[in-house]
Amino acid sequence: MNTCGACSCGTASSEGDLLVRLDETIGAYQTVPGGLIPVLQIAQGIYGHLPETALQRICAGMGKSYSEVAGVVSFYSFFSTQPRGRHTIRVCLGTACYVRGGNRVLAGFKQALGIEVGQTTPNLQFTLEVARCLGACGIAPACLVDSTVHQSIKPTQIASILQSYE
Amino acid sequence: MIKLTIDHSEVVVPEGTTVLNAARQAGIRIPSLCYLEGVHVVGGCRVCLVEVEGAKALQASCSMPASEGLKIRTNTPKVRAARRTVMELLLSDHEGDCQTCTRSHDCEFLAVAHDLDIRDLHFTGAKHHQLTDESTPALVRDSAKCIMCRRCITVCSDIQATGALWAQDRGFECVAAPAFGQNLDRVACVQCGQCAAVCPTAAITERDHIERVWAALADPHKHVVVQTAPAIRAGLGECFGLPPGSLVTGRMTAALRRLGFDGVFDTNFTADLTILEEGTELLTRLKAALVDQKPVAIPQFTSCCPGWIKFAEYFHPDLLPNLSTAKSPQQMFGALAKTYYAKTINRRPEDIYVVSVMPCTAKKFEAQRPEMNASGFQDVDAVLTTRELGRMITQSGLDFTALPDEAMDQPMGMSSGAADIFANTGGVMEAALRTVWCLVTGTAFPFEKLHVAPIEGLEGVKEISITIPSTVPEWDFLKGQTLKVAVAHGLANADRLIEQVKAGQKAYHFIEVMSCPGGCIGGGGQPRFTTNDVRRDRMKAIFAEDEGKQVRMSHENPAMATLYRDFLGAPLSETSHHLLHTHYQRREIHH
Repeated sequence: MNTCGACSCGTASSEGDLLVRLDETIGAYQTVPGGLIPVLQIAQGIYGHLPETALQRICAGMGKSYSEVAGVVSFYSFFSTQPRGRHTIRVCLGTACYVRGGNRVLAGFKQALGIEVGQTTPNLQFTLEVARCLGACGIAPACLVDSTVHQSIKPTQIASILQSYE
Repeated sequence: MIKLTIDHSEVVVPEGTTVLNAARQAGIRIPSLCYLEGVHVVGGCRVCLVEVEGAKALQASCSMPASEGLKIRTNTPKVRAARRTVMELLLSDHEGDCQTCTRSHDCEFLAVAHDLDIRDLHFTGAKHHQLTDESTPALVRDSAKCIMCRRCITVCSDIQATGALWAQDRGFECVAAPAFGQNLDRVACVQCGQCAAVCPTAAITERDHIERVWAALADPHKHVVVQTAPAIRAGLGECFGLPPGSLVTGRMTAALRRLGFDGVFDTNFTADLTILEEGTELLTRLKAALVDQKPVAIPQFTSCCPGWIKFAEYFHPDLLPNLSTAKSPQQMFGALAKTYYAKTINRRPEDIYVVSVMPCTAKKFEAQRPEMNASGFQDVDAVLTTRELGRMITQSGLDFTALPDEAMDQPMGMSSGAADIFANTGGVMEAALRTVWCLVTGTAFPFEKLHVAPIEGLEGVKEISITIPSTVPEWDFLKGQTLKVAVAHGLANADRLIEQVKAGQKAYHFIEVMSCPGGCIGGGGQPRFTTNDVRRDRMKAIFAEDEGKQVRMSHENPAMATLYRDFLGAPLSETSHHLLHTHYQRREIHH
C-alpha cells in the first residue's frame, strides 16, 4: 500500500490503482510532442516520487529509452527518484536571503530534522532542499514549505514552523 | 549560391553550407571537436568560434549557416584567446595521461590542443565525478576522458535508435552515460561501438584483447589460428598511414604470419558458407510458404551482424523467428576451426585457439554468447578490432607497408568475391542473390559486373524486386515469382523499415540489416576517422577485391564442395544445424 502523494491527503491507494492512473496519464500524452515532462510531473504526483518501476513503464509507453528518461529526470531538481517527505522545505539561499542569514536558517532546519540537504526524515514527514531565490527578497530570509512562504525567519522560529506541519 | 568573405578571401558556396565548411573551401581549417558532419551539429564545444562582422559575440562556425555578404574573421586575437580559453577549460577537467592512452596517436582532442599551440594550463580546480565502466564484453567507458561533446549520445539515438547513452544530471555533474550514471550492462546497449568510433578521446573504447592474444601466441601447447573479416583488408592500411581504400590483403596475411599465428585464415571462407546455409534456408522458407502453404516467418532477415541481432532481441522480439538461424561467419569459422580443421590437423578442439580480427566491437560480445560453443568449447577465443591488430603489428616492429603480399593458408583461406562484399552494406544480399539466382534459374546472373547497383551505396534503405523468368525443375514453384528484397544499414534505418513492414506498408522476402553506417567497412572497430568519403573509398576497395577474383559466387568456391563432401554433408544437414545454426533470445530492455 502506498500513501497518496499527490494531495497529501493520506489516503491509502493500492499499487493497482496507482498503475491505472499512471497508464491513463501515459495514454493521454503518448502522442503529444514534449509529453514526457508532464507525464513525469503527474507520475511524481501519483507516487510521491519516481520509482524505477514507474519510470520503466513511462519509457515503454512513451517509446523512449531508459537512459533518455533518466536524463530528463536527473536534469530537473524537482524530480526525485527517492521517496519524499509529506512536506518539502525549500530554504532560499538566493543572494538576499543569504546575506540576511539564510545559511543559518538552513543549518537550523538541518539540526532540527537531523538530515542533510536532499534527504528525507525517516518518518517521511519532511524533505529538505535549498532554493536559489524564491523572488521574495523583500522578506528575506525566506523559505517555502510546500506552497507556503515563511518570511523573515529567525533560527529560533524553526521549531514552531515544523510543529505547524506535524 | 552565396558569396561571403572569410578573412581576406571571397568564397562562393551553395546555400546551407556552414561557415566552418565554407572556410575549408577557402583553405582554412577551423578546429572543431563536437561537430560531426550531418550527424551532430550543435555548436556545443565552442572550439570553432569565429568573429562575425556586426555580431556582438563570437559565433560557433560549425552550426552557423553561411549567408550573403557575411564577413568572417577566423584568426584574430579575440578568436585565438577565446578558443584557447575553451580548450584550457576542457583540458582542466580531462585526465591527461596521454603517454599511456590508447588514443594518443589518433586523439582529436590532443590534436586540437596541439593545433592551437597550447603550452600552459591556467585553470585548476575540481574535476567532475569520474567512473570507469567495464561491465560489457565489448566496450569500456572512462568518464575521466569525456569532454561532453555528446557525439556518442547523438549516434546512439539518431543513427542506432538505441538510446543507451544520454546526458545524465546537469551542469558540472553532467555525464554522457546510461540511465542515472549506471553501467552499460544495465541498459539496452547493442555493443555496436559507433560511440567508440566517434569519440574524440578515449572516453569510450573497445575492450582490449591484445594481451590475451599475445599470451596464446606464446603458449607452446596452443595451435593459434586467425580469421580476418572481409572489411579488415580495406581498412587496416589506414593504421599505417595508407589512404582509405588501400587494399592490403597480402600484407595483412604476411603480418599475421610474422606475428606467429599457426594458421592464417579467412572469415570469407565462412561467409561463402553462410550464403549456402542462409540461401538454402531462404529457399526452404519460400517453398514452405508458396508450395506447402505452411505458416512460415517471412521476410527472412540476415543474421551476420551481432549488433543487429542484439537490437532485434531487445526491440523486436516478435521478429526472432524471422532471423536466419545461420550463425555469423565469425562463429561458423570458430565452430569449424575447432572441429573440421582440428580433425584435419589431428589436434583436439581445446588445443586450438581461435582469434578473429573484426571491424566490429559487437563481435567481442557475440563470441562470448553462452550458446556459441558448438565445438564443446568457446568457439572464438579472442576478437581483435582492426585498430587492435594495427597496434599489435606496430608493437611487433614490423614495417607493415614494406611487407610482401602473401596468400592465406588452406583449406579455410579460400573464398569467392561474393564473400568479400559482405563488408559493404548490400553485400550480403548481393552475394545471396548471385547464388540463389544461379541455383534457381541455372542461368548467369544478369547484372553488369555481377553488381546489383540499386542495393549498393550509402542510401539508408535500398530495395529491388527481381522476377524469376525460368527455373531448373527443382525450383519450378519460383517460376514467374517476384523476389522482393531490402537492405538497411544504421539501426535507425532498419527500425524504420521494420515498422513499415509490421504496418503492412512494405512487404519483402529477404532483408539485410547491418548495424553500422556503410556496413562493416564503417564498423565500430575500424580505424578512425570514418567519414562518408572514407566509407566510399573502402567500399570501392572491397568491390575491387571481389572483381579481382576468379570465383565470384559462393557456391562456386571449390573449398565449399570439399567441406560439404568431407564433413557437413549438405546445407541444413544435421551437422550443419549443430555447428552452423543458432537460436535467439528475447532480452528485457530494462532490468
